[in-house]
Amino acid sequence: MLYREAGQFKTTYEADQALFPILQDRIGIVVILAIAFIAVPLTANTFVIDSILIPVLVFALAAIGLNLLTGYTGLLSLGTGAFMGVGAFGCYKLTTFFPGVNIVVLIVGSGFLAAAAGIIFGLPSLRIKGFYLAVATLAAQFFLSWCFIRVAWLYNYNVSAAIEVPQRTLFRVVVTGPSAAPTTRYLLVLTIVSVMTLLASNLIRGRIGRTWMAVRDMDIAAELIGIKLYQTKLMAFAVSSFYCGVAGAMLVFLWLGNAESESFNINQSFLILFMVIIGGLGSLTGSFFGAAFIWGLPIVLEYAPAYFGIKVASATAEHLSYITLGTLIILFLIVEPNGLARLWQIGKQKLRVWPFPY
Amino acid sequence: MRAPSGSGAEVAVGDVLLSIENVSLSFGGVKAVSDVSFDIRKGEIRAIIGPNGAGKTSMLNVINGFYHPQQGRITFKGETRSEMRPYEAAQGGIARTFQNVALFRGMTVLDNIMAGRTLRMHSNFIWQLLRFGPAMNEEVEHRHFVEEIIEFLKIQEIRRTPVGRLPYGLQKRVELGRALAMQPDLLLLDEPMAGMNLEEKEDMSRFVLDVNDHYGTTIALIEHDMGVVMDLSDRVVVLDHGIKIADGTPDEVKKNQAVIDAYLGVAH
Amino acid sequence: MHMLYQIFIDPFVQMGSAPDLFVQTLWEGLVAGVLYSLIALGFVLIFKASGVFNFAQGIMVVFAALTLVGLYAHGVPAFLALALTIGVMFLLALGVERLVLRPLVNQPEIILFMATFGLTYILIGGGELIFGGDPKVMISNQLYLPSGSYRIPALGGFVQMQKIDIAAAVIASIMVASLAVFFQKTRIGRALRAVADSHRAALSVGISLEFIWVTVWFAAGIVALATGIMWGARSDVSFALDVIALKALPVLILGGFTSIPGAIVGGVIIGVGEKLGEFYWGPLFGSGIEEWFAYVIALIFLLFRPQGLFGEKIIERI
Repeated sequence: MLYREAGQFKTTYEADQALFPILQDRIGIVVILAIAFIAVPLTANTFVIDSILIPVLVFALAAIGLNLLTGYTGLLSLGTGAFMGVGAFGCYKLTTFFPGVNIVVLIVGSGFLAAAAGIIFGLPSLRIKGFYLAVATLAAQFFLSWCFIRVAWLYNYNVSAAIEVPQRTLFRVVVTGPSAAPTTRYLLVLTIVSVMTLLASNLIRGRIGRTWMAVRDMDIAAELIGIKLYQTKLMAFAVSSFYCGVAGAMLVFLWLGNAESESFNINQSFLILFMVIIGGLGSLTGSFFGAAFIWGLPIVLEYAPAYFGIKVASATAEHLSYITLGTLIILFLIVEPNGLARLWQIGKQKLRVWPFPY
Repeated sequence: MRAPSGSGAEVAVGDVLLSIENVSLSFGGVKAVSDVSFDIRKGEIRAIIGPNGAGKTSMLNVINGFYHPQQGRITFKGETRSEMRPYEAAQGGIARTFQNVALFRGMTVLDNIMAGRTLRMHSNFIWQLLRFGPAMNEEVEHRHFVEEIIEFLKIQEIRRTPVGRLPYGLQKRVELGRALAMQPDLLLLDEPMAGMNLEEKEDMSRFVLDVNDHYGTTIALIEHDMGVVMDLSDRVVVLDHGIKIADGTPDEVKKNQAVIDAYLGVAH
Repeated sequence: MHMLYQIFIDPFVQMGSAPDLFVQTLWEGLVAGVLYSLIALGFVLIFKASGVFNFAQGIMVVFAALTLVGLYAHGVPAFLALALTIGVMFLLALGVERLVLRPLVNQPEIILFMATFGLTYILIGGGELIFGGDPKVMISNQLYLPSGSYRIPALGGFVQMQKIDIAAAVIASIMVASLAVFFQKTRIGRALRAVADSHRAALSVGISLEFIWVTVWFAAGIVALATGIMWGARSDVSFALDVIALKALPVLILGGFTSIPGAIVGGVIIGVGEKLGEFYWGPLFGSGIEEWFAYVIALIFLLFRPQGLFGEKIIERI
């Protein structure tokens, strides 16, 4: 009864193809954005912002990047962590070379560096398909991980092989470095993620998104319609890596404040992959759900026992969270292989016919 | 409605649009097609018939550029080549449907048919990102065209349904729609009536005839239902074990002894 | 110019000038390769019979070894501990079949692959919880595995071979041979191949999927246990092994995902290639190219033969 499309007729194709054609959805997204941009900075405490909201947003962006490649184009990638690393180290080198340039410009620039890496490691997709291509991305992952340690130039020959983020300002407010306030960083991350999500959504709904999905669903038929497979796949690698690169740069510059090669290793790649799977392959909202879930779960597991007065050693809590995560992944795959996004859709469907059951 | 399609010379109605000359195709040791020659004239409906394994689908795949023949030549719109590439075929105005429906299962009916318009969409990446200006105008313009096809095929109610959920007959119709969206000069249909009941077959036959009448599309059709073949087609070519055994009008072919022996059989 | 010399000439000069070192490196590579093949063998078994790419194979190796060592540390005599560990692997196979494979029957392969990810995390968490995360020592003496090494004078110097490595190679060969025979000749083997092809079709001809799956996961578990013992005997038993398991991927690419002899061939090629690369070309890049060299080998290989060494040429019918 609440969530009805009845009476909402569209008179132009443009309106029909809009991002949120249903009025209730439009209201919903405005409310969410209002909460995110206005309510949260005013009311949430810094711990929640710094330890939950910022990382979830950053990982959601990386998950969107991986989703574009794996969920929409069907190319399994195990190199997400490495591409994030290219963005992070790239941004670091850019700030070293161009200390005066606006940090947002540099973050976007590092995205392009990551996109270039993505194209290079996507070149084998001309000859290699499916699971075998995943091995190419694994090669990228291990090779780049190795570079992040061995190529000392990347971290400015710092003895600890780590990068420290220099202070940068935006409109005269400090946004990076040790003295940047969590709220400021949060707003910047939120803005970048919102804009990039919108752009991704535009791509998906248009011609490029269709070519990606066509390649995913049946590449032979796609070819026979006139879709150029190679260009489409490389485009997917490029855009996907761009998103991962920006996420990586933000991870270091707007959240952690420092990083080393460990932050971009194979485990990071798996983490993002889980976010995409649990959130839902081929769904942008799913990327957000997945990120929130995978990131939030260990935190919940860490603090829940204390909340209930049960004492659990932190190492044990970590082991338990591994077990729980693994079990939940399997459970999810059994119950809803299409992830949280599909559950959300089913929920909306039920809302449509509420209060009737079907 | 009929914008000029890709490369090649303009061919007049009645002239040869596609010509297959001495084409042979084998896979490893298996000879699928042996030294087959025939032509297709613009504006006609050409049926390719024969028992299973005769090489009919392989023939279509060669025309499409999916298989590359070991011998022979293909002449399309005046251009001769030893093999076709899928992209060239698509650009040149060849579209097809498949025996086992080759739709994009994760996409809706509308998206599938819109995918058929890909070749005609040119707005660049930046506009696509912004979904504004040229990109938006293009989407709307092509949406108009696709909606006409949807209306023609009477599939309005299911335009937002993911094709994986549709029954087989409707899927075949959607696939036809996607092929039509390419505005092809030559439409290759691989067993479009397979698995359909009488009513569905009549619908599909009517669509095929309308496409030929209305849009002037040349059609090459593989089909097993003899009634359909005899009623719809202008000319028929018969293949058996990869060799051409007859070529002519439906009446001529029906009376051909070799065809009766290999395929049609006699009434008992 | 100097660079070209360093890449294409110098390493071979080095090989020639100290041939005993070359043979030593070859041997080391062979040994590593045998261990990779054992891990790959576990993958192949499961993939051949259930079409599932078992990402958890690596952690199963660790888990099996940990169980063995853990039981011994609690006072269980060595060979009893071995028997009990085999029992544990059987229970694991049973559990996986009942709780993971059965609910997911007929799902696309990628879903099953993801499920093995989940299994990996459960085993990591469970393993660390039960046994603790610090490295353990394998009970090689108690299992009467040979120790010490042979020093063979050859080629102007000498070559050193650890006895445990020789034992590993022998055991691996026996396992591979018997498994290959099993798959090709026996009725169960044929049923396993049918299941790998299509769950639905196998079910429809009356093959009991449950039995097949438990069998094959159990077999993979035994292979994992053997691998764990061998590997643990050479270095320690630690959780780093599951990253090493990822190395099995290049092996599978070279050898094919469903070929048992391919696992050995692929393993040896990767092992030898990696060691030679590290020793002779490594200094050019700085050390540690072992981390990625195997993947690059596999990648280059794929570019020329997209279906792997032993895979079937993919003819797509449409």
